[in-house]
Amino acid sequence: MSGARKSAGMPIEARRIALYLVLIALMLAAPFLFPGFRTQLAALWLMIVVALAWDMTGGQMGYNSLGNVFFYGTGMYVAAVITIALAYDVGEYTSAAGGGIHAFTDAQYFAGMALGIIGAGVFCAVCALLIGYITFGLRGPYFAIGTLGVAIAAGELVSNWEWVGGGQGISLPVYPGDLETGKVVFYFLFAAAGIALFVLLRWLYTTRFGAAMNAVRDDEEKAEAMGLHTLRYKLAAWSIAAFFVGAAGAISAFQLIHFEPLETAYQTINLGIFMVVCVLLGGKGTLWGPVVGAVLFHVFKEVTWNYLLGWQWVALGALIVVTVVYFQEGVMGYLMRRKPEWFGIRVGREAE
Amino acid sequence: MEQILGNLSLLAEFPVINLKIIVDGLMIGSLFALAAYGLALVWGVMNVKNLAQGDFVIAGGYVSWWLAGLGLPPLLGVAAAFAVMWAVGWVVYKLVITRVIERDMFTSLLATFGLAIMMAQILNLLFGSDTQSIQLQYDTLYFFDGFIDVPIAKLLGVLLAALLAAGVILFMKASRMGQAIRATAQDARAARVLGIDTEKVYAFTFSLNAAICGAAGAIIVMVWVIQPFYGISYSIRSFVIVTAAGLGNLPGVIAAGLGIGALEQYGAHIFGIGYQQAVAVLLLLLVLVVRLVQQRRMRRSLQ
Repeated sequence: MSGARKSAGMPIEARRIALYLVLIALMLAAPFLFPGFRTQLAALWLMIVVALAWDMTGGQMGYNSLGNVFFYGTGMYVAAVITIALAYDVGEYTSAAGGGIHAFTDAQYFAGMALGIIGAGVFCAVCALLIGYITFGLRGPYFAIGTLGVAIAAGELVSNWEWVGGGQGISLPVYPGDLETGKVVFYFLFAAAGIALFVLLRWLYTTRFGAAMNAVRDDEEKAEAMGLHTLRYKLAAWSIAAFFVGAAGAISAFQLIHFEPLETAYQTINLGIFMVVCVLLGGKGTLWGPVVGAVLFHVFKEVTWNYLLGWQWVALGALIVVTVVYFQEGVMGYLMRRKPEWFGIRVGREAE
Repeated sequence: MEQILGNLSLLAEFPVINLKIIVDGLMIGSLFALAAYGLALVWGVMNVKNLAQGDFVIAGGYVSWWLAGLGLPPLLGVAAAFAVMWAVGWVVYKLVITRVIERDMFTSLLATFGLAIMMAQILNLLFGSDTQSIQLQYDTLYFFDGFIDVPIAKLLGVLLAALLAAGVILFMKASRMGQAIRATAQDARAARVLGIDTEKVYAFTFSLNAAICGAAGAIIVMVWVIQPFYGISYSIRSFVIVTAAGLGNLPGVIAAGLGIGALEQYGAHIFGIGYQQAVAVLLLLLVLVVRLVQQRRMRRSLQ
């Protein structure tokens, strides 16, 4: 019987490797195949990172956060403060915004970038531990609202904090060197974050840790009774997610150059809800779902946005409602139900 | 920091300022309580957590503002907003809410969040993003040598809110539909067995909620300002109030609503007007944490 399974499994394994190779080649070639869309392609990888990170708690553990954008905004600010602090006094720099000339050497820029991305990730991971310690006592809708509250409150507080520029926001130096090279660099930074997170999750979901995450989602009380320390798993998972979202926010900060608190950094109704829609569209609680959803959503958004003439936000709201109400299983859920053989699952007569 | 200490010492030096803040807060809080009562109603009866609550309020305000621009007296605008938002609530129920009632709670939360985004954007496209208000030609009453000013328009707003609340409570207690709503809230299946058309009850409850919110918005536009994107903060306030008071606790909702109004005014006075939104949200977190600690003591979680 094991022999039969092996012979049936081989072509799927071979096809899977071929698929991965094609995707990696596409990922490497994309910014050179479509040189006019480098910024959009980078944004696509950003969506993939935040969607995968959201699915860790939302899909795999059943804790639907509406406040993951908190880590994105915090990552942006941490990266900016680190970069500026390496060369200047932060308060002086922000209060002179637009007035004084602040030059950065190449070394300062790249050191700031490297330290900023790592620092933002670590800082956000620690934030996730602290916030999670309180909010993970909340269940279901209370968790969603509580985390949404954290994100909104952070945006409001930062916009009143003059040291980091207040409501005016903060500016970072421009990428030193060729503009197009800069775009390629940012593309590969986002892509590296996305692939690192994907590979990590692909491994993580097969381990005991992954099984514990799903146990929390399926029945937390029983998991607790079985001896799982559920809070530890929730905190660990959320801080990994926060690390990647924070690092992605840091990369965005360097890519955008100037950003402000309410619309760009703590953008609760844009990115904060986009990531949830991506995951729902692709399929909650699956490895590929967030990736597929992010691609579909981003392509839909970029293609239709310009033709909707101001109605794009209404269309977005409608897309959320329609996805949630009519298509909650997502693309992956739909495919698993209709084409189980694609996933190596054999049902019915064939399996006997 | 110095500014905050200065504001605090000002409060201690002139106690009458406290009174002014409290009066202002209670007047605003009565409107928060109205919207929160609608949320508690929908939450209790059909277990839907409506994040579009605040946008119903703002939409009602725009209905009244637009009609006032055409020459309708603002007081009739409250009735008009009630009627229009009733219809909007019914349409929303039939299109979306009826399909999320039986689902898990995150579904209803996310669906109504999508609705909230849609409504805010539609209002923005129709009326622009400026703040709007209706100026009423009434006098202002002064107390304590002019330290406390109470515009008659605001008093009128509070009175209208109280009347509306009394009307709804009376309706829930005395009418057949009110009884059916309360029966459905207690046990929907038993209500169905006894011949209550729960689908109709749900539709009615949701429309009533939207109408109450709309009327509250029509009062707010007379005493305060509205803007298409202010909705989310009213939704958050409603959640704070309902979470603090609990479901089916009407005196609690009123007390929490008035309390939130007063605390928010204090926050705005002490930290500066820029922090008003932040204070509203931080109150939410505070209430959640307090409730959480209470539940932990009984080894339960807030759900």
